[in-house]
Amino acid sequence: MTTLSFDSPADPILERRRQIQGIAKATVGRRKTYSRAAIGICWVFLVIAVIPLVAVILYTLAKGLPAWSTGFFTQVTKPEGIPNGGVWNAIVGTVIIGAIATAVTIPLGLLAGLFLAESDGWAAGAIRFAADVMTGVPSILMGIFGYIALVRTFGYAAWIGAFSIGMIMLPVIMRAGETAIRGVDPHLSEAGLALGARKFMIARRIVLPAALPGIITGALLAIARGVGETAPLLFTIFGNQYLQANPTKPMEALPLVIYNYSSQPYADLIQIAWGAALLLMSAVLILNIGSRWLAGFLQRERR
Amino acid sequence: MTATSSEPLGREKRHSRFSLPNGGYRAILIVGGAIFAALVIWFLYSIVNQSRPAFSTLGFSWIIQKTWNPNLHKFGLLPFILGTVETTAIAMVLAVPIGLGSALALAYLVPQRAKVLLGTAVELLAAVPSVVYGLWGVIALAPLFREYVEPFSSSAFGWTGLFNGANSGVGLMLAGTILFVMVLPTMVAISRDVLAVVPKEQVEGAMALGATQWQVLRKVVLPEARAGLLGAFILATGRALGETVAVALVIGNSDYIAHSLKSPSATLASLIINNFGEASGTELAALFGAGLVLLVIGLTVNSIARALVRRAGGSGSVASVAVA
Amino acid sequence: MTEQLSRPAAPTSPMPPTIEDNVNLTTGEVFLDRSTGHPVMQLKDVGVAFGGRSAVRNVSFDVFDREITALIGPSGSGKTTLLRALNRMHDTVRSAKVTGKIMLGDTDVYSGSTDPTLLRSRVGMVFQRPNPFPTMSIYENAVAGLRFNGVRKKALLDEAAESALVAAALWDSVSDRLKSHASTLSGGEQQRLCIARALAVEPEVLLMDEPTSALDPIATKRIEELIGELKNRVTIIIVTHNMQQAMRVADRCAFLLMGEDRTGELIEFGSASKLFSEPDDPRTLDYVNGRFG
Repeated sequence: MTTLSFDSPADPILERRRQIQGIAKATVGRRKTYSRAAIGICWVFLVIAVIPLVAVILYTLAKGLPAWSTGFFTQVTKPEGIPNGGVWNAIVGTVIIGAIATAVTIPLGLLAGLFLAESDGWAAGAIRFAADVMTGVPSILMGIFGYIALVRTFGYAAWIGAFSIGMIMLPVIMRAGETAIRGVDPHLSEAGLALGARKFMIARRIVLPAALPGIITGALLAIARGVGETAPLLFTIFGNQYLQANPTKPMEALPLVIYNYSSQPYADLIQIAWGAALLLMSAVLILNIGSRWLAGFLQRERR
Repeated sequence: MTATSSEPLGREKRHSRFSLPNGGYRAILIVGGAIFAALVIWFLYSIVNQSRPAFSTLGFSWIIQKTWNPNLHKFGLLPFILGTVETTAIAMVLAVPIGLGSALALAYLVPQRAKVLLGTAVELLAAVPSVVYGLWGVIALAPLFREYVEPFSSSAFGWTGLFNGANSGVGLMLAGTILFVMVLPTMVAISRDVLAVVPKEQVEGAMALGATQWQVLRKVVLPEARAGLLGAFILATGRALGETVAVALVIGNSDYIAHSLKSPSATLASLIINNFGEASGTELAALFGAGLVLLVIGLTVNSIARALVRRAGGSGSVASVAVA
Repeated sequence: MTEQLSRPAAPTSPMPPTIEDNVNLTTGEVFLDRSTGHPVMQLKDVGVAFGGRSAVRNVSFDVFDREITALIGPSGSGKTTLLRALNRMHDTVRSAKVTGKIMLGDTDVYSGSTDPTLLRSRVGMVFQRPNPFPTMSIYENAVAGLRFNGVRKKALLDEAAESALVAAALWDSVSDRLKSHASTLSGGEQQRLCIARALAVEPEVLLMDEPTSALDPIATKRIEELIGELKNRVTIIIVTHNMQQAMRVADRCAFLLMGEDRTGELIEFGSASKLFSEPDDPRTLDYVNGRFG
């Protein structure tokens, strides 16, 4: 610090304080205006973000509801010009494909998720990384994979569609499962170990039940994502205008109906597409909201 | 292991019907992991193997040639690579400011109750199937673009030369806009997560120095969330690059390089989906090759994004794993 | 230490401003005694409530210029809540409501015309855990407050940063690496950087919220010594749950205690020596003795 001359009692600290407070006071108006403007822009952007998203939902609702007649749910898809077409075959197809994919991927995904949660070696690290990256691989590639690997040998079939969809769901279930399992209080399983229980027992009786809310959330979200996929199905299930419940045969599905009808010039087909879009969107949103509600419910029950 | 062997015999027996020995349990887990690993390897091998003929008959340069004409046996991918990059760029130019602004608002400005409600709504919108967005784009937005947006942008920004040509509704601009709407929830949800984990102490520290609300966000919160925000950006970019059906419905599907934002174009994914049905031989291999290019882009983009988001500690909850 | 405790603890009449040489024997630094003996902050019947539930109430005392005022009391007595009311940190909590009157000089802290950002540039704050901005360099941390307040002039930034870092006893160890990240510093150094950061704005009052609670004993000792040296530059209000610390550094003490309805109340305010040796209120005596006994 500088030396002070005693005949000038100017104090460097007080001097600087005056200077800084002067600047602060002089600029505060500008700074606050700038801040308000920037914050205002953030708000405007939030509104802009919400508009198209709300528009999609409202538009689908407005266009889709009129399509929901009894025939829509009970009749199969019919070509243009033939009245009273429905999407019953597509609903059946989506349910069957979704069910197969779920039945296979949930146990496998949980097993792999448990493996990830209980291992820390390089192999687990590599698999974890692969799972992360696979959740972001474009879904069309899973369709191509299903086509190359299975359709060429077995022909178009619903179970191959389920396989492709499952490839999309699997990494999601794995990572969600791992996250949920890792979230379980380690003392619980340590207590089990201390009692002499085997690891399998601990996993089945302690860890998995405790992680259940998280696992269910993850699984429902994965299903919601899987059944909404279109591109993988285009390569694998081919589509079928008749009712087909045999998973080894080509099948129809809701996303396919929407995709195929949306580029048609016929108003009645487009209306069916809207109805199917509303149905698919509702199913996906119900799965999403349901998973959150269920997770919250199970968590409350536990306490 | 030793603990179980010293167990009283009776208890051992009682559990034996339901319980696996620790070694067996471990083995089953490893099988689970191994099946997934095998599937991934099978997947990669299938795509690479099936696109090999394209490389052997067309050489490597076909990827960047600009003519796609199966009748002339030309399978240049350049128009589609450009189309992919252009639509993604349009989407991200819109998504970055709007997504970031919304995420800041959601993380720091919106009152607590609305925060939960809006946050959930955004996460739900990330789940709306892409084909629904596509349907909305082609039926609701395309006429809107043809009648209003395109004529307006031509008259207002025609001097840039970016808006030449007819107003057809479908094209690069609409595809980019639909992609923007589709990646926005992902962008907002992840950005909000990484912004919200910036420690409260840092925010208060800046506040206590006399920072305005915007200064706190701009100088402290945004820099600290940088890595995670970059991850969110790249993840959203990856989504936009690979999106298939929604884009295929609204891009107009042209095999030529677009000369204007209103031009019809095509992306790698829309190329595959549109030509797959009739393709065979070299064309099919070229389509698989286009898939391979998409795969390489997707893997690269995602690896970077995952590393960034994980380092930023953004994705902690089960829901955020699924959203991403 | 002893010198501080033996200072005239409760000047009853305002003393004329004096300029008196002081030489810090450890640093050789020359500084002025700027004490005016006036109260710089006055609290009148201050209370803080969250969502209608009172957390602390009925607090009235004066904070004197260039003194160290310690807020002591068991946890839950509302020390930190009270401290955060002094620079309007509760503004961000919607449900928080501050009642009573707080004056900073002639400024009514909670008056509608008082700008909270300007107020906070006059009333600095140091937190429990060191919170330097991790993305900024040491230098950028030191001048962060100045930049927030609109200071652009390099000369002023440099001068204020050096002065603050010297005052925080950090200059010698960081002057050759001002560009490196703040995260490269040890915990104690980080806390001193936070003190420097607050000092650089040249506030009139510095609020310290248990500044050593996250530090090891050696770092704690250095911060305590620093606090003693700083009081010539800035008036300090420090929250501490550590009785010895209060005794070592404070000129005056406010003792708060949680009442029966779980609301903090001011039990006694007075010079530190009095509060620790012969307090008026038996509860103060209990608390002080309980801690020591």
